[in-house]
Amino acid sequence: MDHVLLIEQFLNGFQLGIILFLMAAGLTLVFGIMDLVNLAHGSLFMIGAFVGGTLALLTGSFILGVILMIPAMLVIGIAIEMTALRTLYARDHLDQVLATFGLILFFNEATRLIWGPEGLVVPLPAFLDGSVEIGLGITYPVYRIVIIAVGLAVALGLYILVGRTRIGMLIRAGASNRTMAGALGVNIPKLFSIVFGIGAVLAGLAGLIITPITQAQIGMGEDVLILAFVVIVIGGIGSIRGAFIAAIVTGVIDTMGRSFLDVLLLLFLPANAAESAGPALSSMLIYILMAAILFFKPQGLFPPKGAQ
Amino acid sequence: MAEPANMAGLEAPSLEVKGLIKAFGGLTATDNLSLEVAPGELHAVIGPNGAGKTTLVNLLSGLLKPDAGAITFAGRDITRLSAPARVKAGLARSFQITSIFRDFTALENVMLPVQAQQGHSFRFWTPVSRDARLTAPARELLERVGLGERADVRAGDLAYGEQRQLEIAISLATGPSFLLLDEPMAGMGPEESQGLVEFLSALKGRYTMLLVEHDMDAVFALADRITVLVYGRVIATGTPDEIRNDPEVRAAYLGDDQSGEAA
Amino acid sequence: MSALTCLRNPANAFTALVLLVFATGPVVMPLIGEPFYVIVFARIMVWAIAAVSLNLIMGYGGLISFGHAVYLGLGGYAVGILAFHGVTSGWAQLAVAIGASAAVALVFGAISLRTRGVYFIMITLALAQMIYFLAVSAEQYGSDDGLNILSRSDFGLAFYDLNDQATLYYTVFAVLLASVGVSARLVGSRFGAVLRAAKSNDTRVQAVGVATYRYRLTAFVIAGVMCGIAGFLQANLESFVSPDMMSWPRAGELIFMVVLGGMSTLFGPVTGAFVFLMVSDTLAEWTIHWHIIFGPLLVLVVLFARGGIAGLLNRKSANG
Repeated sequence: MDHVLLIEQFLNGFQLGIILFLMAAGLTLVFGIMDLVNLAHGSLFMIGAFVGGTLALLTGSFILGVILMIPAMLVIGIAIEMTALRTLYARDHLDQVLATFGLILFFNEATRLIWGPEGLVVPLPAFLDGSVEIGLGITYPVYRIVIIAVGLAVALGLYILVGRTRIGMLIRAGASNRTMAGALGVNIPKLFSIVFGIGAVLAGLAGLIITPITQAQIGMGEDVLILAFVVIVIGGIGSIRGAFIAAIVTGVIDTMGRSFLDVLLLLFLPANAAESAGPALSSMLIYILMAAILFFKPQGLFPPKGAQ
Repeated sequence: MAEPANMAGLEAPSLEVKGLIKAFGGLTATDNLSLEVAPGELHAVIGPNGAGKTTLVNLLSGLLKPDAGAITFAGRDITRLSAPARVKAGLARSFQITSIFRDFTALENVMLPVQAQQGHSFRFWTPVSRDARLTAPARELLERVGLGERADVRAGDLAYGEQRQLEIAISLATGPSFLLLDEPMAGMGPEESQGLVEFLSALKGRYTMLLVEHDMDAVFALADRITVLVYGRVIATGTPDEIRNDPEVRAAYLGDDQSGEAA
Repeated sequence: MSALTCLRNPANAFTALVLLVFATGPVVMPLIGEPFYVIVFARIMVWAIAAVSLNLIMGYGGLISFGHAVYLGLGGYAVGILAFHGVTSGWAQLAVAIGASAAVALVFGAISLRTRGVYFIMITLALAQMIYFLAVSAEQYGSDDGLNILSRSDFGLAFYDLNDQATLYYTVFAVLLASVGVSARLVGSRFGAVLRAAKSNDTRVQAVGVATYRYRLTAFVIAGVMCGIAGFLQANLESFVSPDMMSWPRAGELIFMVVLGGMSTLFGPVTGAFVFLMVSDTLAEWTIHWHIIFGPLLVLVVLFARGGIAGLLNRKSANG
């Protein structure tokens, strides 16, 4: 086996895992703290890509686009939370699923109306383009390394935020006992808006940084969303640590599975069977993994505290 | 079936608990708990809030599995048995926080356990509303607990006391020989409590009962023996008189004033 | 209660109207110069059958399956794949449709039912995605573009030929009525009592001695098979099957139809499918951007009309 390909695909998988983590972190925070199932989280991914991409094109600088995207997504996220989602906190999960499903339709169509059906191409600045040698005779795209670095930085930041800051403590208090925290004077609605805003920024960041590779497209959020849900289900709802581990594992298995499964299958099956089963199985692989994990741990690897 | 017979026609069984331990994270809710209930006995379990009484009931009914220890029911080890299996063996429980089917009528609430007792429910055709094998016994049971007039009222619309009565009826409808009653008198006024005391009194001998209660009048009126639980540990077991006079128990729970509810 | 008194209830009246429209469609629609609607009604009825099957586990059982559309696909591909290989026997195709749906429902149900709440919703979604991607990756059977089905299922009976539009239409109608009938029987039976009680208070059901898992699994399989049969009919109707029929937006729409009509009512899924599809078809004719109206409309329904059409109409009748 070519070790270059192996390492490359591992890194690609890791990078996919980072994107999934950014999505899953926001999702798991919102679900863990506000008990809100938000299918429209994928729409935030898409909005980040389009809005951030547009900002990048307007200012002529990708970096500036990323920086400006952050407050933009914060505002957009909080606006969505205050108008559409507030009423859903008191509702049961089915209502939340249905209402946010309706929101997806709305956002996809609104995006089509504003930017047209073709999507948006966001080019990379020259200094981020190209590849670099990372040792062992492997060259790897600079930008993908940047994505990984950004993701790890965000993971660290979240860890510090939730674990070590006052806001983080408020978040954790709100998570474990909303009513009590409210009675103690914590402004729960404001807290929820902030949490949702953070989730929106994370999703928008994920959408924007993947755009130079995949382009911004209508409906791009939905496929990532389902994977993100798989990640938080595997990782355990409400757990950022679980989301990180599950995201990386998911990304790596999915990517490497697609590359190497048919090779692996050749060890057991005749050539043409392996050739047709390969792609089919590899797209199913991550769901098989999820089913297997849930079979033994129905609440994920790091279940919420107090669960039985 | 004229009297509150033990519907299963079984002999009242014994219950033996040895060294039961259950911990939740850092909290040991049940701490090396042992007790014995003789056949036909009404054994009360009392203790302050947080003593682990409901945890004990959950462990005995199968809702929770212990970390260590053994439960023997009518001579049979049921420690690893699932909750539904324990019910089939004759062990029924009632819930402290009323656990009924709010959208069903009182009659339908009781029809379900009757149905459960009659075997499997893989019957897809006959409407239950027209099945006399379910409606007749259910109506009778409702009469017996005093809810005969209210059979067709939606359970969620019943008065609180009536819902507690329904709670007992559901437990009885499975045809048990052993009753695990978790604060059946919770929230009841004095008249209703008195009625329930009389009802349970009539069951003694035919059923073995473990009664968790805060209502000391009821406990001392009904119990053959009493176990006192504090922080998951048994601090005393004995007859009502022995318990009443036990200094440790008075210090921990009863106080020197024994009238009405305990602290 | 006589039929006429029944009809005084607005919800029932609406249901009767919808059924009347379905029953007389092939005759009345061509007469008023709108023959296209016959196909529309047939399509709606197929979705209604799928919605009835979902209502069984969701409305009555409390199991919110976001992967139920997968059985439409299984039934459809049973027809498509067999026809592709020259097997046009309706008996064989139907048998495979039922068998595949039952097998998949058994496996998926066994896994999913070990979870609760939102985990259940997500895992049913993810498992359905698996099958969706399987279909997309099947190059031989058209993958994304779908599979054309060149001939209708052949049951080898002289008097019963699905190539006759009326026969196909009324077969769908009959299956729709039968599925509601089966639903009614199941819900009222001992089996249904366990299912409904478990939705209301699962702990209590276990505490009276019923292991609810096996009953839920059985309901899951029954619902899957019913939906698979709907898929079989859909393939015959459209002469086409594609992975899109199993996509998760379809699954979401199916849930919506059930909720819209009124969950845990017998005919709710039928009226729900009717209204949902008529509204979306009409909106789609006005503008290609109809989702921008439809999306918020769905949100409003969830927020303000939670009991669905049945709930709305019943409230009106209760208020005089």
